[in-house]
Amino acid sequence: MGESTVGASPVTNQPVLRVTAKVLIPLIMLFALYVQFHGDFSPGGGFQAGVIFGSAVILYGLVFGEQRAARALPPGLLRWLACGGLLLYGGVGLACIASGGAFLEYGILTENPVDGQHLGILLVEVGVGLTVTSVMVTIFSVFAGRRQA
Amino acid sequence: MTDLNSLALLVVIPLLSAPVCLLLPGERLPWLLATTVTWLVLVLALMLSAGIPEQGSLDYAMGGWAPPWGIEYRLDAFNGFVAILVATIGALVLPYAAASVAAEVAPSKLPGFYAAFLLLLAGLLGTTITGDIFNLFVFLEISSLSSYILVSLADRRRALVSAYQYLILGTIGATFILIGTGLAYAMTGTLNMADLAARLPAVAATSTVHTAFAFIAIGVSIKLALFPLHLWLPNAYTEAPSAVAAFLAGTATKVAFYVLTRFIFSVFGAVFVFKLTPFGWAFTTMALAAICLGSVAAIFQDNVKRLLAWSSIAQIGYTVLGLSMATVAGLTAGVLHLFNHALIKSALFLAAGCIFYRLKSVDLVSITGLGRQMPWTMSAFTLAGLSLIGLPPTAGFISKWYLLTAALERGWWPAAILILVTSLLAAVYIWRVVESAWLKPIAIGRAPVTEAPLSMLVPTWALVLANIYFGLDTSFTTGLAGRAAETLIGGSR
Repeated sequence: MGESTVGASPVTNQPVLRVTAKVLIPLIMLFALYVQFHGDFSPGGGFQAGVIFGSAVILYGLVFGEQRAARALPPGLLRWLACGGLLLYGGVGLACIASGGAFLEYGILTENPVDGQHLGILLVEVGVGLTVTSVMVTIFSVFAGRRQA
Repeated sequence: MTDLNSLALLVVIPLLSAPVCLLLPGERLPWLLATTVTWLVLVLALMLSAGIPEQGSLDYAMGGWAPPWGIEYRLDAFNGFVAILVATIGALVLPYAAASVAAEVAPSKLPGFYAAFLLLLAGLLGTTITGDIFNLFVFLEISSLSSYILVSLADRRRALVSAYQYLILGTIGATFILIGTGLAYAMTGTLNMADLAARLPAVAATSTVHTAFAFIAIGVSIKLALFPLHLWLPNAYTEAPSAVAAFLAGTATKVAFYVLTRFIFSVFGAVFVFKLTPFGWAFTTMALAAICLGSVAAIFQDNVKRLLAWSSIAQIGYTVLGLSMATVAGLTAGVLHLFNHALIKSALFLAAGCIFYRLKSVDLVSITGLGRQMPWTMSAFTLAGLSLIGLPPTAGFISKWYLLTAALERGWWPAAILILVTSLLAAVYIWRVVESAWLKPIAIGRAPVTEAPLSMLVPTWALVLANIYFGLDTSFTTGLAGRAAETLIGGSR
């Protein structure tokens, strides 16, 4: 354990945990993407996907230390992602108004209303996913990053 | 359709400005954005309200999905009035906030503060204009969560405890509203207010609907701080940053009152609440208890902000008393007092904020003789205080007068006497502040203070002058309140 152990939690020293986490984290992320992009055909969507993706990052933080998770996803970036997701959601709504429809009336976005609905909900769900992921990770790092006085 | 889009924009603009606000660098830019957005929203609200047809409403189908399946936004005489009120108070509080908040909130938290403020504004406006009860719950939670944040941001440790207390009680309230909404949905299969009003009478005799209303009534009463569910309010208003206390006092409980009225008259129906069930009497009792205990408790406070908070509990009692009369006159008085009390209490809290800005304290003992050092602030407080007592020619007099005539018209003599007696109690607690500030000598050992900055005095005085203006020219307020009451009572027949 020569590398940085400062601030690392005791779980860091568990080889079984480290190996299992390394195998699982990519799969969790992949599953999150599946839930994200399959959300309009099956149960799922941006919120669930965001929680799953966020939990992958949180698992990484728990096993390898919160600081390494913060290196992968710095707090500044998370703030931009959280705000960007909400703005993407609202931006789609405003784009609908700009195209002559009601707020979030996706059908107006393309020639074919069905394609428009598809595109609209896809973008909105991406926005939800981004915001939920970054807020989940932010909440974790705020609590985990608290130093004992 | 395109024209009505501004109905959606009324909520969407502050909602989307909040994340932008959070990303802006520095301390000045977030404030600038929030102020611009609030004034824009005020203009939108005024334009929309001017376009409301005489009998009816502006309807907007969110996402183009026709109601009752989709979410509908509906602006009529009543919520148009509330939306203007919320936007006006916001537009006056934000210029004030620049100096006041910078003195009470850590600089690094300022972008977050203004983002939360915009979310609060979006939540309150959304709650006001939506025509869908689930959507209403969501917006009420957006506004509540952001107000917990705003209360906790004050640079005092006690603010955290107050915000936590507010959070726990507020969340219980929200959960109750959600349970009630779920029960109503289970019985009718719809969430649209107009559709619910059409379907509920058929199942009104079931205990499920009674339970649904009980949950909603209690949940909203917590948000409204109706006695005996008021415990969160004094701490939250006392510890919150002054600008937040002024904004919350003028809007949050007012919107909660709007929600209660909407549920009673436009969803469950006056017949259900006042004739088929004893809920009407429960509201009258709680309102009378709130008026008495709020006024008495206010007399014994030694902190000006806490005194004003207890007075708010009594004033909420007046509005609910007007509502529980279930007559056009009573409801007019309730809605009128909702508007006038917002003007009064925001003005008083802004004046208290000016005192805090200079003294770092609003205790009665520390403000002795302040009238000589901060004459403009204390005159504003005194004039708004007169309006709170209900002396002519102020707005407070008009709403007390309407309330009194409505009580007499209904034959509620004890309530009428109580209104008069508690007005005297208001005179007592306002007098304590006035006496301390004007008649007592300047506290020994206090460093000399000067008048609060102009950016804080102007909004305070704008509200004080509005109090006097609406006491002299009542056609705007009484006209709108009367129209709102008639729409509500007419709609529930």
